[in-house]
Amino acid sequence: MTTANNLVQGLLLGGLYAIFATGLSLMFGVMRLVNLAHGDFAILAAFLALVIVDGTGLHPLATLGIAVPAMFVLGYLLQRGVLNFTVGGDGLAPVLVTFGLSIVLQSLLLELFSADSRGLDAGAIEDTSLALGRLNVGWFRLLTLATGAAVLGGLQLLLARTRLGRELRATSDDPEAAQLVGVDHRHAFAMATGLALATVAIAGIFLGIRTTFSPALGPTRLIFAFEAVIIGGLGSLWGTLAGGMVLGLAQTLGAQVSPGWGVLTGHLVFLAVLAFRPSGLFGKPVTT
Amino acid sequence: MTTLDPRAGAGLVAVAVLGTAPLWARTSVLRTLIGFFTLLALATMWNLLAGYAGLVSIGQQAWIGVGAYGLYWLSDSAGLDPFAAVPLAALAAAVLSVPVAVLAFRLRGGYFAIGTWVIAEVLRLLVANISQLGGGTGVTVTALSGYDRQTRVYLTYWLAFAVGVGAVALAYLLLRRRLGLALMANRDSETGARSLGVDVYRVKLVVYVVAAFGCALAGAVIYLNLLRIQPDAAFSVNWSAYMIFIVVIGGVGTIEGPIVGTVLFVVVQETLAQHGAWYLILLGLLAVAVALRARHGLWGLVADRTGVSLFPVRRRLVLPPAPPPAPAPAPGGSP
Repeated sequence: MTTANNLVQGLLLGGLYAIFATGLSLMFGVMRLVNLAHGDFAILAAFLALVIVDGTGLHPLATLGIAVPAMFVLGYLLQRGVLNFTVGGDGLAPVLVTFGLSIVLQSLLLELFSADSRGLDAGAIEDTSLALGRLNVGWFRLLTLATGAAVLGGLQLLLARTRLGRELRATSDDPEAAQLVGVDHRHAFAMATGLALATVAIAGIFLGIRTTFSPALGPTRLIFAFEAVIIGGLGSLWGTLAGGMVLGLAQTLGAQVSPGWGVLTGHLVFLAVLAFRPSGLFGKPVTT
Repeated sequence: MTTLDPRAGAGLVAVAVLGTAPLWARTSVLRTLIGFFTLLALATMWNLLAGYAGLVSIGQQAWIGVGAYGLYWLSDSAGLDPFAAVPLAALAAAVLSVPVAVLAFRLRGGYFAIGTWVIAEVLRLLVANISQLGGGTGVTVTALSGYDRQTRVYLTYWLAFAVGVGAVALAYLLLRRRLGLALMANRDSETGARSLGVDVYRVKLVVYVVAAFGCALAGAVIYLNLLRIQPDAAFSVNWSAYMIFIVVIGGVGTIEGPIVGTVLFVVVQETLAQHGAWYLILLGLLAVAVALRARHGLWGLVADRTGVSLFPVRRRLVLPPAPPPAPAPAPGGSP
């Protein structure tokens, strides 16, 4: 039964990776900007939740109500104050600036919270599970997957049905034309980054409940998010969820073979997709 | 031209002073200088990639690690002299970098950056799973025990010196050749370069392989100095952070930039050595500010105001003076 159990665990893990990947995908989709500090913002949100829990005694899941809006505002300001100045130009600046922010954020968290591993204790929900035949599926992991689906579905609806969604899509297609019909692309970009950091806050807090975290964990989260995006296929939101599940499965099954091979197997699956199906498993073929 | 260019004269004096450092410097100073020259080589390689080929890699630690473990395997396991193992390890990295480039070149821009990082992570995890290479705990290079301490430090210093100065010279010579012209044409307009017959893919591949070779060479020398190799340290993304901060602050896309940046980096690192990660926070913020406000870095600020260029690699169109009465002056100019 271990294999069947691992299959289920891997798929559920994919839900968490999908939440991480959504924000990365959104920012790239709207403004072709790859935020290399993406993972570090997730860890920042986890530490923010930890500070709130320590200070107020709130349940970790309840801190979402504070941390998610706070990260949205931070993302909006970051885009208006810094990242908008990197869009356009020679293409080096966005990578250099977000990588610099990543290192600064990691080092600051290290100075503030030390390198120790921390965790968010969500109490009973972490220990109880749903029995499906001979399989036991933890409630918290199911909740994570449901949240992932809700985040992706919500974003899909927002992009398809709302005024903001139309503005984001228009800006993505052609910022100058969007500007001509009255869309302020600086505001649209900032809304996209705000939404991205709001989703990454959810990811960070779910990560913090699921496992322990430390300041140095951000880069691996960025890499997993990126792998989920590429495996699923650029520009496909539901592909991202599938990509996250493929990655989660690869890591769980790899770790079953040998504990040191979990993450490595995920990387190898990513490289195989890159080599044999560069447009991703669910993306539209790209002709460039 | 019979008189010596003052820039070349100053350069020769600097090279002579630094080349004879073992005669006048203490061991601790030599070790700092080894760090300086290896960082200079790494930064110069990263600058070739990002500043000239438009390839922003955050995975150059892959080649530092390959150089380090190549040094260990060739000297401790295969029994070669460690100083001879250094260039061979770098050659191995160059060979390995070809298939890696083919894969990574499928990604562009920021995604290329993360892709190179993943490849470095793959190498780190592979090494950590190979018990012959010490696994996760690492290995110590013991083949150097045949040399007495002083000889070892002196030889390592001269090797680091050669690698640092050699990297700058290599970049300068490469950029003055056809390759440099192709790179700069591509940097300014990829479409324009293609339409003039530049094989952009091949040019980028050459630069990637040269950078892998250079980083592996520097990596092997770094661990010739440190001796203790651990996968988490040798394949650490911090190496890429150092390279990026040095080049961005010093001046991306200039040969002088990495030199200025490395001097500043080593000074800041040595000054703040007792204060944990603050030197990285300071340099990171400075790099972000420079990337936003002064795209050609500190050297760019100097060069824009004074017009000084220590390593002229730009090409200027010089029109021959047209003979006044000639019927129709021939168009064109010298490169």
